[in-house]
Amino acid sequence: MSYQGKFRVWRGDDSGGGLEDFTVEVNEGEVVLDIIHRLQATQTPDLAVRWNCKAGKCGSCSAEINGRPRLLCMTRMSIFEESETITVTPMRTFPIIRDLVTDVSFNYTKAREVPSFAPPKDLAPGEYRMQQVDVERSQEFRKCIECFLCQNTCHVVRDHEENKEAFSGPRFLMRVAELEMHPLDTADRVDQAQDEHGLGLCNITKCCSEVCPEHIHITDNALIPMKERVADRKYDPIVWLGNKLFKRS
Amino acid sequence: MPELERHSFDVLVIGAGGAGLRAAIEAREHGLRTAVLCKSLFGKAHTVMAEGGIAAAMGNANESDNWQVHFRDTMRGGKFLNNWRMAELHAQEAPQRVWELETYGALFDRTKDGRISQRNFGGHEYPRLAHVGDRTGLELIRTLQQKIVSLQQEDFKEFDDYDARLRVFQEFTVTDLVKDGDKIAGAFGYWRESGRFVLFEAPAVILATGGIGKSFKVTSNSWEYTGDGHALAMRAGASLINMEFIQFHPTGMVWPPSVKGILVTESVRGDGGVLRNSDGKRFMFDYIPEVFKDKYADNEEEADRWYTDQANNRRPPELLPRDEVARAINSEVKAGRGSPHGGVFLDVSTRLPAEEIRRRLPSMHHQFKELADVDITAQPMEVGPTCHYVMGGVEVDPDTGSSSVPGLFAAGEVSGGMHGSNRLGGNSLSDLLVFGRRAGAGAAEYVRAMAGRPVVAEDIVTEARATALKPFQQEGGENPYTLHMELQQSMNDLVGIIRKAGEMQEALQRLEKLKERAQALTVEGHQQFNPGWHLALDLRNMLLVSECVAKAALLRTESRGGHTRDDHPSMDADWRRKLLVCKADGDGAEVTEKAQIPIRHDLLDLFDRSELEKYLTAEELA
Repeated sequence: MSYQGKFRVWRGDDSGGGLEDFTVEVNEGEVVLDIIHRLQATQTPDLAVRWNCKAGKCGSCSAEINGRPRLLCMTRMSIFEESETITVTPMRTFPIIRDLVTDVSFNYTKAREVPSFAPPKDLAPGEYRMQQVDVERSQEFRKCIECFLCQNTCHVVRDHEENKEAFSGPRFLMRVAELEMHPLDTADRVDQAQDEHGLGLCNITKCCSEVCPEHIHITDNALIPMKERVADRKYDPIVWLGNKLFKRS
Repeated sequence: MPELERHSFDVLVIGAGGAGLRAAIEAREHGLRTAVLCKSLFGKAHTVMAEGGIAAAMGNANESDNWQVHFRDTMRGGKFLNNWRMAELHAQEAPQRVWELETYGALFDRTKDGRISQRNFGGHEYPRLAHVGDRTGLELIRTLQQKIVSLQQEDFKEFDDYDARLRVFQEFTVTDLVKDGDKIAGAFGYWRESGRFVLFEAPAVILATGGIGKSFKVTSNSWEYTGDGHALAMRAGASLINMEFIQFHPTGMVWPPSVKGILVTESVRGDGGVLRNSDGKRFMFDYIPEVFKDKYADNEEEADRWYTDQANNRRPPELLPRDEVARAINSEVKAGRGSPHGGVFLDVSTRLPAEEIRRRLPSMHHQFKELADVDITAQPMEVGPTCHYVMGGVEVDPDTGSSSVPGLFAAGEVSGGMHGSNRLGGNSLSDLLVFGRRAGAGAAEYVRAMAGRPVVAEDIVTEARATALKPFQQEGGENPYTLHMELQQSMNDLVGIIRKAGEMQEALQRLEKLKERAQALTVEGHQQFNPGWHLALDLRNMLLVSECVAKAALLRTESRGGHTRDDHPSMDADWRRKLLVCKADGDGAEVTEKAQIPIRHDLLDLFDRSELEKYLTAEELA
């Protein structure tokens, strides 16, 4: 049932660091986070890792396992061979704080840049009426646990620090889509998505959807529909002409 | 010594779960400069783990529902030990608090006519829980988080500074509250990231730190749940009540071992799931207590009819309050009728179509599939009790959330009284909203009425710093992880779901020894993001709070709600009139009896006399 697993864990801080080898007990049914905790309890009490719920609900323990962005708490040891060496490294797109912990403040900055829900002025609390089928589109996006794995994976910002300013990333473009599709939101978010949040930089390679632990169809259900709305508004020749003639924009 | 970082605010909110965020919103909307301090990243608080829903008598699913019915259910669930005023305010205000969330952008599941859908839950007479699938807690936390961002955006427009009136300090841990004389003057703590110390000066502090589950081995709670607020309040001179009452949620995962304790939502049962033992028997029919006999079906046919016709049938016994179900599962396992991994079977696969299960219980489906290789649309789950919630907490004024220490407030799980001896499912999220808002308003009123601002004396800061750094300065001591594991094992084995005097005495002896060993802990490494150090500091809180639990549990010689004594198995009406109050005494806890506040007459009149006779003494009924 139990075996000695081989691990390589990145240790260090913003001044540098490297992979360190460990041999540590692995038991049936365990996930990678269990092994990290065992390392803390038995070999490296100061090994830094973020985690909270250990049930895939809070999105704290994001890291890269054998190079793939994953939640440590939802990656079962049984998917690896017993002989395999498992490499655990911090998310690459964000600055290192220490060991497996990165500075994810980029995401909180971007969150603040998305204008909030704009409630209808004529409805008092308790008067909201919406159909299930209409709320379901945005509900899918609200499943997001903000693990930021999509932000970490997106090639627009992974290894392209220079794009971070102009690009909100899949998580927050999806937030724009969520509000745009909210049945009672009164703001117009289409131009914003393109001009303020960098929707145009996304070239729908679907990497974000692939790593989403909640299996949200970020590209298909959020980003592409937003791109279509932008195209309808900005690039439809009749709309373009109308805007020119009546100076709408 | 590096220079101390200092900040000054009107209101400090410690904790960023539902109660903390709702309190912060309220304080900011009262125009006060407010800070939220949270141990984790913003938006990760334990509230995200809540699954089932928010209880509020909106009457969307059944028009007969109203606050009086909700109040009655809450008092019954708590076995009438609840602070009646809190239960009253909670039942009255919960609908407003839920509707308000929609104005912040929340998207609840809908009824056919477009209103908020409400689901059944244990102990609630009508379908009452507003929900979003089985991820309601996530919706709540994200909605409040986004409301805070929205307020910050307003401030940005006005002051060109997002943080002008409401600032979140994330990954920050408070180690001590500071006082000026008898009044609160602020809080001292450290950044997890850098380990650097910070002093917050503020005349009002709202504790919203949640629970204490990390003192137990099998728990649904995350690492943050170390009883910080409970301990901070005690050390600042406030009192705790009802600490003997701990809720063991009946359905936690039991396998694989690494996920033991993780919550399986009560919605599984609310939506039709049933509990069976290894003989395939729906055993809950054998465990309906006398006080609930007229409300719960005694046969499968009636129980099954209830799901479609609630007016003419009694409820299935799987939906009894949590304490009853947890004890029943415990008994079945002890009698040798458990599942292979020491739980019982919870089956929804034979009760609902697969598609419906995936729609109503998506995160349970996901959780079992990913963590246990179990497909809940085709197989039963194995479940058993897990430490989930502490009913006890800071003794507060129901209307304002104020503790006995001027300037110190508490809301949510860290406060005590609202749920009496046992909390109903769904009443936690509504509690956070109702009393979070009230504490925010209470603190705002307090700050406005205050004559002059308190001042923090420098020697207090020096002392707080020394206490926090002590584990680094000792050599050759034990590793904090070892002590933590021993504490969890002791609490689980000796002050767990079924309690005996001898075992609790042993627990208290072990706690004394652990306290001594904790004095000599050694922490390796340095102050920057060092989990070993963090745990060493949290242990101080866990040990103090565990002592309260064990001492109060030993004193209460009856069984009621989340406190079951093998040596005193029945409920005693005289004990209903008594609260056990915990206060700090040196480095330990002292527990004393205090008279419970009698229930107001018009609220008593909401119950039949025959029901009250089950709970109240003859003297009270006269």
